Amino acid sequence: MNAWTSLFSALFIVIALVLISWLGVGVAGTSLFGIVIPYIAIAIFLLGVVARIVQWARVPVPFRIPTTCGQGKSLPWIKADNLESPYNTWGVIGRMALEVLLFRSLFRNTRAELWPGPNVTYASAKWLWLAGMLFHYGFLIIVLRHLRFFIEPVPSFVEAISSVDGFFQILLPTVFISDAIFLIGATYLFLRRVKIPQLRYISLPADYFPLFLLLGIAISGVLMRNVWKVDLLAVKQLALGLVTFHPAMPEAAIGPIFFVHLFLVSVLLVYLPFSKIMHFGGVFLSPTRNMANVNRMERYVNPWNYPVKVHTYEEYEDDFREKMKEAGIPVEKE
Amino acid sequence: MPKPEDLLIDTDLRTMPAKPWMETRANFRDGTYSFPGAPKNLKYLGLANPREWSPTDEDWKLPDNWQEIILKGFKERLEKYRSFRLFMDICVRCGACMDKCHFFIGSGDPKNMPVLRAELMRSVYRNDFTTMGRLLGRLGGARELTIDVLKEWFYYFFQCTECRRCSVFCPYGIDTAEVTMIGRELLNLVGLNINWVIEPAANCFRTGNHLGIPPHGLTDMWEFMVDDIEDLTGVKIDLPVNKKGAEILFVTPSGDYFADPGTYTCMGYMMLFHELGLDYTWSTYASEGGNFGLFTSHEMIKRLNAKIYAEAKRLGVKWIIGGECGHMWRVIHQYMETMNGPADFLEEPVSPITGTKFENAKQTKMVHITEFTSDLIKNGKLKLDPSRNDKFRVTYHDSCNPARAAGLLDEPRYVIENVCNNFFEMPENTIREQTFCCAGGAGLGNDENMEMRMRGGLPRANAVRHVRDKHDVNRLLCMCAIDRATLTAMMHYWAPDVEVGGIHELLANALIMEGENERTLDLRGEPFKEEEESEDV
Ligand code: SF4
Ligand code: SF4
Repeated sequence: MNAWTSLFSALFIVIALVLISWLGVGVAGTSLFGIVIPYIAIAIFLLGVVARIVQWARVPVPFRIPTTCGQGKSLPWIKADNLESPYNTWGVIGRMALEVLLFRSLFRNTRAELWPGPNVTYASAKWLWLAGMLFHYGFLIIVLRHLRFFIEPVPSFVEAISSVDGFFQILLPTVFISDAIFLIGATYLFLRRVKIPQLRYISLPADYFPLFLLLGIAISGVLMRNVWKVDLLAVKQLALGLVTFHPAMPEAAIGPIFFVHLFLVSVLLVYLPFSKIMHFGGVFLSPTRNMANVNRMERYVNPWNYPVKVHTYEEYEDDFREKMKEAGIPVEKE
Repeated sequence: MPKPEDLLIDTDLRTMPAKPWMETRANFRDGTYSFPGAPKNLKYLGLANPREWSPTDEDWKLPDNWQEIILKGFKERLEKYRSFRLFMDICVRCGACMDKCHFFIGSGDPKNMPVLRAELMRSVYRNDFTTMGRLLGRLGGARELTIDVLKEWFYYFFQCTECRRCSVFCPYGIDTAEVTMIGRELLNLVGLNINWVIEPAANCFRTGNHLGIPPHGLTDMWEFMVDDIEDLTGVKIDLPVNKKGAEILFVTPSGDYFADPGTYTCMGYMMLFHELGLDYTWSTYASEGGNFGLFTSHEMIKRLNAKIYAEAKRLGVKWIIGGECGHMWRVIHQYMETMNGPADFLEEPVSPITGTKFENAKQTKMVHITEFTSDLIKNGKLKLDPSRNDKFRVTYHDSCNPARAAGLLDEPRYVIENVCNNFFEMPENTIREQTFCCAGGAGLGNDENMEMRMRGGLPRANAVRHVRDKHDVNRLLCMCAIDRATLTAMMHYWAPDVEVGGIHELLANALIMEGENERTLDLRGEPFKEEEESEDV
């Protein structure tokens, strides 16, 4: 598939989704988009995520294969690096925490360049790390902020997040700071994919689609709050109805932009368990990162280890006995 | 071979082919692929489909149902290896790994980007094992397993040295080497393998070592070394072979028995053990630690590795020391005990000289020689004269496997710093866990593949050239027998004037032995002091 086909096919699908919901609400009614589809989406999401994780977790890990990124534990006077080459559970937890919370491996990133000579040089390349942090943390804050719609009374930490987030709104009138952070991160990730030739070459529709979908969700959210304002009270009514299993469409009408937003979120939820976005679950199961480097210290058992055909010493001696005797090598049988 | 300055003239990391990668075919260009496994070797090991064939042939003489065999094998492995299953699913194609592979840097071939190397398999995975892929086809990144795809697998999985450098940078720890290993296993199911892997594997199986030297041949070679040591030092050392009841079994890569510069390292071990009066033994049966099964299949790893514990048991030793070898240590560290353990007939290793317990090896009962030696040095048990190595300006190559599979980084450095006075590190992006491969591991260190080796070796050699120009480095140390062989050719090509050697070679130069003559020659028979004394230390 051509690089541009990947990009545009993903873009078209997202545009189609926007149109379906924008126009569909008028035709099929709000309860389909406001109640039925979100319920189906959440069910598929929950079942799907659990099924995927169970599917992975059921596959055995026959060998302990951590990638060691630092000095392993050996002699007492050699300083072992418990975070990069963990030798106990704390080390593993620390390593995973660094990885999951701070994207440790991406922080290491460098860019290799080839010069005439030939010469290779490596430059620090932390932009991907930074964009990844903005993107994921922006997303996290947005999700947490949304809890205000689903929980009554609103938990204080959600209030706190919202007010800190909104505080900067004075400076930046149209978006929450977290929205901006998220949009900047996502836009960078998109541009990077298009601009770096190698990355464009390897990108599939499955790489562009989630980005466009998330961008669509963020943009429709921003529009809904700042441009085509919707009745937030009505939205909250609907959301509370959904989480308490008393779904009902609120009396007050909610503008179609809200249903676009909600529909795109539903699509994301459905898509997620079947896509690369599952990396959020997979990273915890990754054997190169979540195992301690204690291979020579502790016994490890492979559940499907089986006997194999070997060349035994007896067979070996039978092959070479005379020669061994001549050479003065001790043998078992004379 | 083109001249070094011309080799990469058309190589560019940023220009991608116009055609999408799914539609390009592997181009078997001379100098970039390895010759196929000879039928006799396959037969000896009982592997599938032994026959004469060549990668440049149109017809690879595969079994009729080859597709079925591969897909069945694929499914089996998805159910047996979580690593494999996960690595098929969670790559986000972020590209953090794309310029981390020495073969990509040296060839500019996008399919040598680790991410794309793995995608060669993921595309088939999606097509045959995922719902999305089945539904969406090409749009979902899926493609059918055709003969061209299979040929592409062969080309690119035998263009990966399984060095794991890419895995260090991946945010999920995706280890393309794992994918390559499984890829090679699948290829083996239909008789696709390379001779530089299969012949050593067959030899190891039959004779215990990879060049197929029979026991009496080994003792001949060892005795040569003993004689050389006597000539150089005046010390006649004894060499215990297959000695029952010895305390320690010593296992090392057989590469060190028969080719310079490995032989000097081997003499180094002999001198060290003699000087210590160690109660140990060599073995003709377990005369090879290197395990070419690692480049064939997990099953073959186990078949070849089994002899080490078996021999330890037969000889009744207490524990084992392993020499300077790369993939041998990957196997010992990651697989041996799981496959062929528990080693409960052995005792937890304790150095008889210093009394140090090697806690980190209490389960496998196998200690790395640099762990053993650095402990000796730390405890002041060796008399060393590092000035004997003053003519060497030394740098150190972290061999990939001990570095990224075992985390052995500081022990070798400690030994080096104590046996020579001039040690210079290469730039930090190229050492320790970020070390670059010699480009000749995993069975690719053959002559027909020379162009690819030189291309892939550029990042390593470039870093050596850097310290050569900056610090006049003239000796590259490493602790892997494959490295000692392949880096020699590499240096000759990219960084002339830098010679390659092992750590225990320099140790033995510096080692003051009891009853030795006035030593004037190093292990290579060259004077310790160069003719004209340079005063720039
Ligand atoms: S770094 Fe990991 S996730 Fe990113 S492209 Fe490479 S293998 Fe995939
Ligand atoms: S394991 Fe090494 S050779 Fe293989 S793709 Fe990764 S970096 Fe390249």
